[in-house]
Amino acid sequence: MARTANLAQAGVLDIAPVDPIPSGSSKINVGKNERWLSVGAGLLIANIGIRRGGIGGVLLTAVGTSLALRGASGYCPINEALGRDTSDDKTETNVLEISKSVTINKPREEVYQFWRKLENLPKFMRHLEDVKQMDDRRSHWVARLDSENPAAKALPKVEWDADIVEEEENSRLVWRSVPGATIDNSGEVRFVDAPGNRGTEVHATIKYRPPQGIVGEAVLKLLNPAFKQMVKEDIRRFKWLMETGAITTNEGPSGRKPETTNPALRQPMQNPAETPQNKTKPSITDESIVL
Amino acid sequence: MRALCYNGRNDLRVERVPDPEIVNPQDIILRVIMSSVCGSDLHLLNGYVPTMQEGDIIGHEFIGEVVEIGPEVKKLRRGDRVVVGSILGCGECSYCQSQSWSLCDNSNPNAYMVKPLYGYSPAGIFGYSHAFGGYAGSHAEYIRVPFADRGCFLIPEGVKDESAVFCSDAFPTGFMGADMADIRPGDTVAVWGCGAVGQMAMRSAYLLGAERVIAMDRHKHLLEQAKNNSNAEVLSIDEIDIQEALKEMTGGRGPDRCIDAVGMEAVSSSPQYYYDKAKQWVRLENDRPIVLREAIKACRKGGTISIIGVYGGFVDSIPMGAAMNKALTFRMGQMHAQKYIPRLLDYVANGQVDTSDLLTYKMPLEEGQRGYNYFNSKSNNTTRVVFTP
Ligand SMILES: NC(=O)c1ccc[n+]([C@@H]2O[C@H](COP(=O)([O-])OP(=O)(O)OC[C@H]3O[C@@H](n4cnc5c(N)ncnc54)[C@H](O)[C@@H]3O)[C@@H](O)[C@H]2O)c1
Ligand SMILES: [Zn+2]
Ligand SMILES: [Zn+2]
Repeated sequence: MARTANLAQAGVLDIAPVDPIPSGSSKINVGKNERWLSVGAGLLIANIGIRRGGIGGVLLTAVGTSLALRGASGYCPINEALGRDTSDDKTETNVLEISKSVTINKPREEVYQFWRKLENLPKFMRHLEDVKQMDDRRSHWVARLDSENPAAKALPKVEWDADIVEEEENSRLVWRSVPGATIDNSGEVRFVDAPGNRGTEVHATIKYRPPQGIVGEAVLKLLNPAFKQMVKEDIRRFKWLMETGAITTNEGPSGRKPETTNPALRQPMQNPAETPQNKTKPSITDESIVL
Repeated sequence: MRALCYNGRNDLRVERVPDPEIVNPQDIILRVIMSSVCGSDLHLLNGYVPTMQEGDIIGHEFIGEVVEIGPEVKKLRRGDRVVVGSILGCGECSYCQSQSWSLCDNSNPNAYMVKPLYGYSPAGIFGYSHAFGGYAGSHAEYIRVPFADRGCFLIPEGVKDESAVFCSDAFPTGFMGADMADIRPGDTVAVWGCGAVGQMAMRSAYLLGAERVIAMDRHKHLLEQAKNNSNAEVLSIDEIDIQEALKEMTGGRGPDRCIDAVGMEAVSSSPQYYYDKAKQWVRLENDRPIVLREAIKACRKGGTISIIGVYGGFVDSIPMGAAMNKALTFRMGQMHAQKYIPRLLDYVANGQVDTSDLLTYKMPLEEGQRGYNYFNSKSNNTTRVVFTP
C-alpha cells in the first residue's frame, strides 16, 4: 500500500482542521473544450509562483495557477455570474492537506501572540504582502507574485478574506477562507508546550481545494509537493524570527550571481546512489523540488 | 574588494567582488587580517562536497579587525581584534544553548538542501558550500559575520596573530576531538592524521590528561612536527603495520581512545583504498573511511572512537561487528567553536599551548592557488598556509 504523508487525515496528528467550504473555482461550470485553452499559460504561471515560498505562497501560487487555469479548470466566474453551467459533473474536488511542525525555544504565550497578530505573518511568509485584521474574526489577505517577473507583473494582486472560526488563547487557531476566495482554503495552528522545557511546538496544517477539472486538479496535485516545501520554509523562517529576531540570510559578496538566481544550484544534496549517473529522470517529490 | 574564489575543481582565482554589507542587525563587517587553509577546504576543492558554485569565496579559519557594527551588536567595538569561529551559531536555539553550537537550528539558511540526506540540518559554515549555508568565506579583504556577539572573541593582548588564527578552527576542532574521546588518567590516545587538526588533538589530549599519544601520517615533516611539537610517538603509515604496532606498543591492549583527524579523503596503499577510490570515482561512495575502519579494529575493547575528520555522505564496509562486540563508544561532530574558544585563548595567552608553529607560509591572496597546491600535496614542508589579504 502506498504510504501517506497526509498525517492529519491519517490520524497520526491530533489535529483535524475544518475543510474549506467549496465555492468558486473548486466547483465546475465549464465544459471540456473550453478547459484546455489556458493549459500552457497555467503551467507557466505555476512555475513562476513556486520559485518563491510562503504559506501565503502556497495560496498565492495556487491562486496564480488557478487564475490562468480558470478556463481550463472547469470554473468560470462569468459563467457563474450568468448562472450558466455547461458541465455535467458536479462533484467537489478532493481537499489537499499540508502539515508541518517545528519546535521554537520560546514560551508558548510569546509564540502564540506573535502569530495571532496576523499583521506579523508577512514578516516570515514570503509571498504575503499584507494581512489586515478587520475585526476579531475576519482578516483581509493580500499576496503578490515575484515582482521582477514580467509575466507575474501582468497578474493582479491576489486578495481574499478569511475568518478565524475557532480560537483558544495561547493554544489554537482555526481559520477558513470566506466563500468566494479564488482558492478555498482552511487551516489550523496549534501551540503546545514541548516536553522538558524545550519551548513550544507549533503544528500547522493547511488545506485547500484545487480548482476542479482534468487540468486544474492534476496541476495542483503536481504542485502540491512544492507547496509543501513552501510551507516548510515559512515555518522555518517563523522559528528564525522568533528565536533570533531576524531572518537568517547568506546575503553577501560572490564572484558570480547570487545563489537565488542559479536554479541549478538550488537543489538538495542527493544520495550518491541517486546522482544523475544513476538516475535518469528527476521525479517530483517533496524533497527534489527546486525553490 | 579582492577575494579568492572557487572556479571549479582545484581552480582558484582572485576576483573583484562587491564589498560585504551589514544585512541583519546582529552582523558585523570584519577586515580580515589572516585567513588559513583547512583540510575541509580540500574536500571542496577536490570535488567531494556538492553544491559549490563558481564564484564562491572560500575560507573559514580567520581573524580580523571589526570595522562596522550592526545596531544590535552589544559586545564588540570598532577596532577590536577578534578571532571568529568557523561555524555559525545563533546562540538562541536549544542546541546553541546547550553548547552544541555546530548543531544550531537557525544558522543555515539552506537547511532544506541537506535535510533529504541528513534528516535534519546542521549549522551553517563560512565559505563551505551552499548546502552548509552559502555564506561568503574569509579569503577576502572583508567578511560579514552574522550572530557576531556569539561568534567573535577578543584576542587577548600579547597573543600574536599567528597563534590566534588557529583558535578559529584547528584548535577548537582538535580540542573537541580530545574532549569527546573522554580521556582518563593513564590513557593512550591514538591520533590518525598529523595535519593541524590532528596535532591540536594531540596537544589537547595531554591537556586533558592523556599518558601517551601515538600519531600516524605518511608525511615525514608532519610526523617530525608531531613528535617534536606535539610530543607524540609517531608511526609512518606507509612503512609500518599500524594494527600490529598499536597493539604491541600498548602491551597488547590497544589504544584506549582513537581520534580520526583525517576524514573522507584518507589515503593508504591497501587494496581497500583503491576499492574506495574507485567507488568514489563513480560516486557510489562519497567517502573513504579507511581510518575509521582502522580505528575500530585497533581500539581496545570498551574504548572510544572520536571522529573529527569530516565525512559527507556514505561509506561502505564499516566493521560494525567489531564495534558492537567490542562495545565501542562513538563520538563525532563538527566542532562547537563558541564553546571552546574562550578556554583555548586562555591556554594560548598563558603559554600552555603554542599554535603558531602550524603556520608554514604566509601568502597574499594572489598566491591562493599556489598555497592550496602546497597544502593539498603537503609539499614544501607545509602544515598550513595562511593568507594575509
Ligand atoms: N570536525 C570539524 O569541525 C573539523 C574542523 C576542521 C577540520 N576538520 C577535518 O579534519 C580533518 C583534518 O583537517 P586538517 O586541516 O588537519 O587536514 P590536513 O589535510 O592538514 O591533514 C590530514 C592529514 O591526514 C593524513 N592522512 C591521510 N590518510 C591517512 C591515513 N590513512 N592515516 C593517517 N593519516 C592519514 C594526511 O597525510 C594529512 O596530513 C579533515 O577531514 C577536515 O575536514 C573537521
Ligand atoms: Zn576547517
Ligand atoms: Zn542556534
